[in-house]
Amino acid sequence: MRHHLILRVITKLLVGTIILFALYVQFHGDYSPGGGFQAGVIMAAAFIIYGIVFGLNKVQQVFPAWVVHKLLALGVLIYAGTGVISLFGGYAFLDYSVLTPEHPEHGQHWGILAVELGVGVTVTGVMVAVYYAFAGRPPRLGDEEW
Amino acid sequence: MDSSTTWEFIVGHVIYWLFIVLMMTGLYIVVAKGNLVKKIVGLNIFQTSVFMLYISTGKITGGTAPIFPTDMKVDPEVVYSNPLPHVLILTAIVVGVATTALGLALIVRIREEFKTIEEEEIVVIEQAIAREENEKYHRATGEIV
Amino acid sequence: MLVVTAIAVVRIRSLFGVAMFSGMFSLLSALLFVALDAVDVAFTEAAVGAGISTVLVLGTLALTSRHVRPSKRSPAIPLFVVFVTGAALIYGTLDMPNFGSPDAPAQTHVYPDYIARSQHEIGVPNIVTAILASYRGYDTLGETAVVFTAGIGVLLLISGMRRRRDDDDEDESRTS
Repeated sequence: MRHHLILRVITKLLVGTIILFALYVQFHGDYSPGGGFQAGVIMAAAFIIYGIVFGLNKVQQVFPAWVVHKLLALGVLIYAGTGVISLFGGYAFLDYSVLTPEHPEHGQHWGILAVELGVGVTVTGVMVAVYYAFAGRPPRLGDEEW
Repeated sequence: MDSSTTWEFIVGHVIYWLFIVLMMTGLYIVVAKGNLVKKIVGLNIFQTSVFMLYISTGKITGGTAPIFPTDMKVDPEVVYSNPLPHVLILTAIVVGVATTALGLALIVRIREEFKTIEEEEIVVIEQAIAREENEKYHRATGEIV
Repeated sequence: MLVVTAIAVVRIRSLFGVAMFSGMFSLLSALLFVALDAVDVAFTEAAVGAGISTVLVLGTLALTSRHVRPSKRSPAIPLFVVFVTGAALIYGTLDMPNFGSPDAPAQTHVYPDYIARSQHEIGVPNIVTAILASYRGYDTLGETAVVFTAGIGVLLLISGMRRRRDDDDEDESRTS
């Protein structure tokens, strides 16, 4: 029981930091190594570690399965939506200059932020959904056989 | 060809050969081992060593990571390593994890259907199923072959 | 180190050990990527390979078995195939430029152009993100779609509790 206690305490301390780090990586993707994929994976890792240590029911109270499934599609929608907005503005698909026509540079910046956000949301959704699917089945091996 | 250029040639290429050794280990696991989970892990090893080979073609000796300084005052003397392979490999890594997840999900379903994840036993079970269905078909159609 | 880890995956019987070694392999390759100046790739590989892949393999092990049954096939033909392929690949690398040479064809074509253009057109310090999201943004859309599809596929295969082995259910799931 003792090692479970250490895991629980450390996980409670770490989960907040991990989510904060994921947000940092997401939004600083254009200044330092990072971007949508890495941030999505790290954010999913925070939820997965909470699920592993505290059980699937608790983590599904915080982040229900239907929210995860909606997030999956939302990310792709954001990404493709940015491209379609460019079409409405009269530019080519995924040409970000439509967002601020006077300063094409700033438009690129906003476009990259939006696109990376879409990617991060989808990747988080997929990783957490896959974990829920794998952990939702009754396990074949008991705890002692490991 | 004098010996110094041969030595340079070997030193310049030995890293590619090491990556090929890793690739072949991964390929061996996929082909030779019967356990399905090991095959997926071997596929991962194969993919990762292909990525290493790809990225090593983008490195420039004396270069640095392809990130400008934050205030965008770019020093024209600094040599940056080629960022194009990085972009391709980033995509490839994510696609790789997607296929791994899908493959492992398939393995879980296979285990539930066939009660085993060893390739040889699965082949035996599938052949038995195919034989049974063939017999049923022949009996139902009255031996019309 | 990498070669030793890979060979260990070949030989080890316990699948738990295989999962751990594959995580180690990913972490070591992330270090190698940093040494090759590919920091974004190293970040992604460490997060994805050492994190998600290991969790998935362990999850699969919890739902299947934990040991490898010994195989009765002889390793002669796979070894032969592997050697022939390896030899062909090594023969192919003989034409490649030396490692790290600055005048290789990969370095002279598009890359100086991107470095010069991305300062003015995009103004983002991280060139890799700039290429990924702006110059080659369409590919990244496709990749997001691939991740989405894989997620849907896994959900289709393994969602919900395991149903009871009812004959109608089995037939339905086989024909769908």
